[in-house]
Amino acid sequence: MTTSDTRLTVDRRRFMGYLLGGATVVAAADLGLLQGTARAEVPTLPQPAEIADLSDLLTLAAAPTSQLITVTINEDGTASFALPRAEVGQGITTAAAMIIAEELELPVDKVHVTLAPARPELLFNQITGGSNTIHAMYTPIRVAAAIAKGALLQAAATLLGDSANALTAHLGQILAPDGRRVDYGRLAALAAKDKPEAVEVELKDENAHAVVGTPVNRIDALAAVTGTKEFTTDLDVPDALPTMVCRAPTLNGTPESVRNADQVRKMPGVTHVAVIPTGVAVRAATFGQCIDAVRALDVEWNDGPVAGLSDEDVLANVRSAEKVIPTLPSAPGSETVEGDFTFWFRSNSAMDTNSAIADVRDGRAEIWASLKNPNVAQGLIAEAIGVPLNNVTVNVVQGGGSFGRRLFSDGAIEAARASKAMGVPVKLMWHRADDARVGRTHPLATSRVRASFAGEQVLGLQQQHTSVETDFRHGLGDIITAKAADLPAGLGNLPFSQTIFLLTTIMPYDFGAVGQTLVETDTRFNTSSMRNIYSPDVRTANELIVDQLAARMGKDPVDFRLQFLRNGRLRTALEKAAEAAEWGKDMPKGTAQGVAVHVEYKGVTACIVEIDCRPETVNRKVRNAVTGPRVTKATMVIDCGRPINPRGIEAQMQGCINDGIAMTLTSSLHLRDGHFEEASWDNYFYTRQWNTPPDVEVVVLDSTEPPGGVGEAGVAAAAASVACAYARATGTMPTEFPINHRTLSFEPKPRTPPVPQSPTDGLDHTY
Amino acid sequence: MPEQTFIVNGERVTVDVADDVRVLWVLRDLLGVKGPKYGCGINVCKACTSHINGKAFNPCAVPVGALSESDEVTTIEGLPSQVDDGARGEHGLHPMQEAWLDRDVAQCGYCQPGQIMAAVALVHKVRAEGRTITDADLDSIRNICRCGTYTRIREAVREGEKNM
Repeated sequence: MTTSDTRLTVDRRRFMGYLLGGATVVAAADLGLLQGTARAEVPTLPQPAEIADLSDLLTLAAAPTSQLITVTINEDGTASFALPRAEVGQGITTAAAMIIAEELELPVDKVHVTLAPARPELLFNQITGGSNTIHAMYTPIRVAAAIAKGALLQAAATLLGDSANALTAHLGQILAPDGRRVDYGRLAALAAKDKPEAVEVELKDENAHAVVGTPVNRIDALAAVTGTKEFTTDLDVPDALPTMVCRAPTLNGTPESVRNADQVRKMPGVTHVAVIPTGVAVRAATFGQCIDAVRALDVEWNDGPVAGLSDEDVLANVRSAEKVIPTLPSAPGSETVEGDFTFWFRSNSAMDTNSAIADVRDGRAEIWASLKNPNVAQGLIAEAIGVPLNNVTVNVVQGGGSFGRRLFSDGAIEAARASKAMGVPVKLMWHRADDARVGRTHPLATSRVRASFAGEQVLGLQQQHTSVETDFRHGLGDIITAKAADLPAGLGNLPFSQTIFLLTTIMPYDFGAVGQTLVETDTRFNTSSMRNIYSPDVRTANELIVDQLAARMGKDPVDFRLQFLRNGRLRTALEKAAEAAEWGKDMPKGTAQGVAVHVEYKGVTACIVEIDCRPETVNRKVRNAVTGPRVTKATMVIDCGRPINPRGIEAQMQGCINDGIAMTLTSSLHLRDGHFEEASWDNYFYTRQWNTPPDVEVVVLDSTEPPGGVGEAGVAAAAASVACAYARATGTMPTEFPINHRTLSFEPKPRTPPVPQSPTDGLDHTY
Repeated sequence: MPEQTFIVNGERVTVDVADDVRVLWVLRDLLGVKGPKYGCGINVCKACTSHINGKAFNPCAVPVGALSESDEVTTIEGLPSQVDDGARGEHGLHPMQEAWLDRDVAQCGYCQPGQIMAAVALVHKVRAEGRTITDADLDSIRNICRCGTYTRIREAVREGEKNM
């Protein structure tokens, strides 16, 4: 190799970065000098997402600001890292701690990972979405940690009078060949620089990893099981009293006037009543007194934009936007299969409702909330309360789930408005009924699929997905793209949705002429991603048709998929799943296995489930619950690239299985007369213990591919495999999801008042 | 304002608050006991599950005025002290909490205090019936986990049962 060749070739383990000035060691990666992050190995018949997908887009967008990501060594020998992402249960703080521990040669429990506040200078590098955190941050975090380690070695060399090359780092100490050792803590200040200094670093060989790739428990587990993990409403901010909002009886209705504000102000505990754009906010000594006040308010409301409509009307609207499906290739004797599927509104409401603390006084604002997009929140809050951006501090708090919802900052904006209107700090919390009814939804959609085949070949497959708009006005993590997405009449959002559909949609089979398109319509709903974006619906429709093709061509569903899959990683995963799940074993009548596969987030998943649709199972009774078919066993195989924390990946796959079951069998929102009916966890039927499979196996495959995303990766294959299993067990292909949507399985709660009163009979139900 | 007196995690407390305010808010908003979480306020999601006199209950559905001076409320914070020192595990916690750590059950963690308190009560209940936990018992747990960590909850309840 010549010298000039060497300059052109960038070793995947050598990177540039900076040692920043400070009291102790602060190291930063510079991924701007990193070559070749978007490697294009052009496959045959590529769809756009197979060349560069949403993960690539987010990672490339984040790279230029990676030198602003720093790892700090503290004088007590620990390392600190403020992760510019939101931990909402997906395990990224633990994964980040492991990556730092690995590269820095520190025990995991000596690495403190906190969540960074809004940092607008990070631009596109502070959005938590698309399961992209580890894909985008694996290398920057490693580089920053390796630079810090290099500085410690240099400082130790000076101290010990040895050369840095002769020294080794191990478990928080630098060791000299003669047995002398010095703690990182003692070196932290010695290694500090007065001003930034560019350095080159070589990363640890991934084959020598001893922490990354091994199962590690969550770093916040102890706090979680002792009740000390703090979520937004657990924070003690002085004078931030409980605050709730009284909302309209139609979706997104607005307050016209309050008839009894003075009376409500005199209620026990109540301190303030204020009209804000989304309703009437009340502040009180306890949330219970807020509930009393919300229920007592007498408000004249303006109807929301879907007043009077039901979800059947919305479906008709979507149907009218459907376009003609392109003609399929044909050949002598070719046949077609087709399907037309409806996916009803679903809720991404988390356990921890939309909540935020806001202190807006004297032209300044400080916000505390779980936000996956804090820079956009900062911009929107500044705009909402009319203060300069620099006067708004946004602190990111750990979230009790997100599932896409915390890409938006609905609660934080409301809290800021309420605090400004009242002139005092507020701890604003959405009631469960608010979170279910007014919170964001996975949009209603139809998916039409048509495929043609002749003899042993599939000639073509066309799919058209038509949907209520999915809101991407959160942009790419910065206020500029958020504003671009917010152009009037959906015109700004449209390019985002089309791009994201293209960058996330992969049909993994060699099916000849494949076309998949998206049409979006209707901007009147509060929508967002929901633990995966389009894929659970798109893939459920796909995989049901794949099973139809297999049946028509006389093939077993697994054999058929293995024959047509054009992704080697996926073929391996499916073979492993079929073996682990004992695919094809004898099953009693009324029960069946179902299989589905998926490619997304730089990885692949294969899921096989067993479902029991026998009457004695379907008709089992549980109080205030949906029972129905039971998934009795689930096997999920994932290749997500190099696994960082197999224990965390297994957890995410277990969760994805339960999400998939809910999406296919039980969970949807019902729009009636202009509002969603669901106001309780006993109305919205997310998977419960009586629905979950008693037998779950997750296999995490070893891989040397770059690490991909896991938080959402399993939902699509799980949802689709449950649908396929249901079709095989009952002999009828389902066409509406969830399958129980047309049965309203609960008594709707009133809309006025908008929140239910807490019961008083709790002592009658102890056990 | 009426004075409400009862026992929380072994300590007698007195709060000035109206009779009808539910115990959840008295604990969280007035006493600063944050382990029990709000998830619905209507005794459905079970995120606030705690114990009263050793039995599981949901403080969102009990007016504070219904408690008497001798009523003992135990939240997740007080669970370790419900067992003898010798029965605690390596983290000094109740065997059910230790099982939760061993199985790395929590994801976001929001529902987990309620899950653990429900699990402990379930073990006590089936023991009182002279039996051990079955799949049907696990199916009967109403506590929601929206992250979907039900598989590990089931494993941890069984492990905690063994060590209780």
